[in-house]
Amino acid sequence: MNKPLRRIAIFCGLLVLALLIRDNWIQYVQADELKENKHNRRVLIARYSQPRGNIIVDGRPITGSVETDGTDFKYKRTYKNGKMWAPVTGYASQVFDANQIEKLEDEILTGDDDRLFFNRTIDMITGKEQRGGDVITTLNGKAQKAAYEGLGNKKGAVAALDPRTGKILALASTPSYDPSTVAGGSKKDEKAWNDLQPKNNTDDPMLNRALRQTYPPGSTFKVVTAAAALENGKYSNIDAPTDSPLPWRLPLSTRNLDNEGNIPCENATLRKALQYSCNTVFGKLGDDLRKEKMLEQAEKFGFGEEVLTPVRTNASVYPEDMDRPSNALSAIGQYDTRATPLQMAMVASAIANDGKLMKPYMVDSLRAPNLSTIERTDPEEMSQAVSPENAGKLQDMMKTVVDKGTGTAAQIPGVEVGGKTGTAQHGVANSKNPYAWFISYAKTDDGSPVAVAVVIEGSDTVRDDIAGGRLAAPIAKDVMKAVLASEK
Amino acid sequence: MSSTSNTTTISTVGPPSRRNTELAMLVFAVIIPVFAYANAGLALSDEMPSGMLSYGIGLGLLAGVGHLVVRKFAPYADPLLLPIATLLNGLGLVLIWRLDQSKRLAARAESIGQVYAAAAPKQLMYSAMGVALFVGVLILLKDHRILQRYTYISMAAALVLLVMPVFFPAKFGARIWVTVGSFSIQPAEFAKIVIAVFFAGYLMVKRDALALASRRFMGLYLPRGRDLGPILVVWGMSILILVFETDLGTSLLFFGMFVVMLYVATERTSWIVFGLLMSAVGAVSVATFEPHVQQRVDAWLDPFAAFKNGTSDQIAQALMSFGSGGVFGTGLGQGNSDLIGFAANSDFILATVGEELGLAGTMAFLLLYGLIVERGVRTALAARDPFGKLLAIGLSAAFAIQIFVVAGGVMGLIPLTGMTMPFLAYGGSSVLANWALVAILIKISDTARRPAPTPAPSTDAEMTQVVRP
Repeated sequence: MNKPLRRIAIFCGLLVLALLIRDNWIQYVQADELKENKHNRRVLIARYSQPRGNIIVDGRPITGSVETDGTDFKYKRTYKNGKMWAPVTGYASQVFDANQIEKLEDEILTGDDDRLFFNRTIDMITGKEQRGGDVITTLNGKAQKAAYEGLGNKKGAVAALDPRTGKILALASTPSYDPSTVAGGSKKDEKAWNDLQPKNNTDDPMLNRALRQTYPPGSTFKVVTAAAALENGKYSNIDAPTDSPLPWRLPLSTRNLDNEGNIPCENATLRKALQYSCNTVFGKLGDDLRKEKMLEQAEKFGFGEEVLTPVRTNASVYPEDMDRPSNALSAIGQYDTRATPLQMAMVASAIANDGKLMKPYMVDSLRAPNLSTIERTDPEEMSQAVSPENAGKLQDMMKTVVDKGTGTAAQIPGVEVGGKTGTAQHGVANSKNPYAWFISYAKTDDGSPVAVAVVIEGSDTVRDDIAGGRLAAPIAKDVMKAVLASEK
Repeated sequence: MSSTSNTTTISTVGPPSRRNTELAMLVFAVIIPVFAYANAGLALSDEMPSGMLSYGIGLGLLAGVGHLVVRKFAPYADPLLLPIATLLNGLGLVLIWRLDQSKRLAARAESIGQVYAAAAPKQLMYSAMGVALFVGVLILLKDHRILQRYTYISMAAALVLLVMPVFFPAKFGARIWVTVGSFSIQPAEFAKIVIAVFFAGYLMVKRDALALASRRFMGLYLPRGRDLGPILVVWGMSILILVFETDLGTSLLFFGMFVVMLYVATERTSWIVFGLLMSAVGAVSVATFEPHVQQRVDAWLDPFAAFKNGTSDQIAQALMSFGSGGVFGTGLGQGNSDLIGFAANSDFILATVGEELGLAGTMAFLLLYGLIVERGVRTALAARDPFGKLLAIGLSAAFAIQIFVVAGGVMGLIPLTGMTMPFLAYGGSSVLANWALVAILIKISDTARRPAPTPAPSTDAEMTQVVRP
């Protein structure tokens, strides 16, 4: 009987071996996958087992943590002025995960980052609980406040940049939401969450309009068209008359391209054309340059590319597949041209920074719990959008717009301000309230410290009143003033 | 080294009794759980658990009594079985105590209207009863061959034990419980031993008939139709357990054990082939019309589907427990295996080992179980009588299959069947039955290793010599 016994022994050995192999499979090979599985509550439990690090603006935290008495989560995230800062912080919820900075810098905020290994070890040895690091942002509290309060009850977004570095100074989006309301795990938080979902809330308050919503940029895009004309040598003198008939018929079409009202656009100079926002002049320019040249210039300003700030932006679009009349319409920011507010701020910023486009970023540095800096973001050049010489000409033109054109509402006494208004039509047969745009920059002796883009979605005011200069320019002005005040 | 290689051979000089080795290992088997207890207590509440001294003394006493009885009544027994059983039982107590402290499990029990009672004190009581049963078996069972007399009584007893749960209400989706008042037992755990006795007795008698009366067909010895009878009966019984008690594990355990013992008794590979064929037929046919089994298979194929369709997420939770433990684990008391919720301290207790002691700890546990099986098989090899061989291999194989079925189920290797991890898991029936199982193995190994009586220098021997002319 011993021969079968030995075989049974081998069989039993194989059973144990199978278990050992399986054990190695799930605890070694698949361990990380299981550990980070989205259903694994341990991820959240760890995230909230100690106070989270903070997100810092102007040296002061805009986030916090409070102790709770739940069985799973010891701490809960809180936000100071959450509605205003939501487009920057995102949210960190015990139930609904996290997004934006809260998600992207989660490892720093929880203290799990590899670069905090030394801190963790020290804390472990000294018996302290693990601490999270802080995320120091580039934002400017006063500018953010001006932007958020300027938008008020209107639907819209503001993005402001420091043209010299690409630092994001303000990032507002309305209507907004308070991330504190969805931070916990209670029924109340669940209800708040459901109420914020796009299917229950047509306003979509959780949408970060400044980075993720693309709008037709309307007349503000004429700056890009002007840049293309100068860069491609179509015109070099901004005060020389252009070859612009009025009325001007769209190519291959029986339709005329109209201007807003009776404005002096026939053979207008580039300066005058921008000052009065002549559709005919820039439509024809776009057609003369053809779509390849237009696309090339738009891409130099950052169109067609997602930017990681580190929060991802949506790519702005200059359409590629279209016929000549569509290209002419695209050149004045209509048809399928779409841009995020941040993208238009980048356009203004590149022009203000003598043609050099800096990559926008909002995380200045990461700080360990012991206040040492772990990582610092260095300004990075994205492209030379236009030559310094042409940038100077464009600045000159934009300055005229603010001095005596459509953007007079943005004037700041004693400061050089350049800008461009826009009123983008949308909806079937332009039936919906248009978007009011304004992009601008301010310039001091040390170069330009701020470029800003404001968009306001069709409010209920009279349509004529929507013109960017009336609605959007005052907000841009307040944001620029706030930045200029903190520069001093 | 030379002395260890001697254990399976019979020699008149007699192997060393190995009782002192056993004692030394028992000391470790008591100290390790005590340290584990301290470790878990420190991690959970920053202080030494209050019951530590009494726990240490209690476990030490149980081990000491066990050891003394083995020394007296089974002096040549295998030295590893008792220490391993003690170690597993002791660590099981620590794990159960650790899960008792879980606020999450307490909240869960309250939310479904139960009173959350600590399980560890009860388990300690069961362990004491288990060791008492162990002692009882060692003292009362003078020789394992006595069991042979009860072959058919065992069969009747096994049938009663297996059928009983049908008459009691199902608990947690399986009819494996006999409930009297607040007291409930799992008869299948005891049936495991009783049925091994029946199989061993029956097969010892019938082995020649089963082995020799056969026709050769395609390289296999086909058994005669009438010899197929018993295997068909056991097969049918397994299927019935599966259908009426929805107890996949027990069904698999009995059929597997029977095929193993049949193969050992007859040395005919054809029985294995028949066994596999019949279990395949049984499994597939039952799985197609039994929703309970289907659910288990579905849960095994895609554990994470539970989060979508709202079925039990236990397997997914167990897998995440194992994964989160990684190689070295979180340390006792620092994991979140209580997320498994129901049965965290019984069927799923291995997940707590996996998370808190890591891959290293889990492998150590699996090897400890493997070692018990190995000592059992070795006992079977060393046993001198066919009944002892069959009983030892039957019990060892049952033990091995149970480990495989439970651990494999919890780790997602095979569909989950709902059995308990011997010694580790919370549950009186399981602890008692497994202590009895170890006692029988110890008794067989004692008989096997006991030096053969030296031939008496009988004067008769000379007198019967052939006288040469």
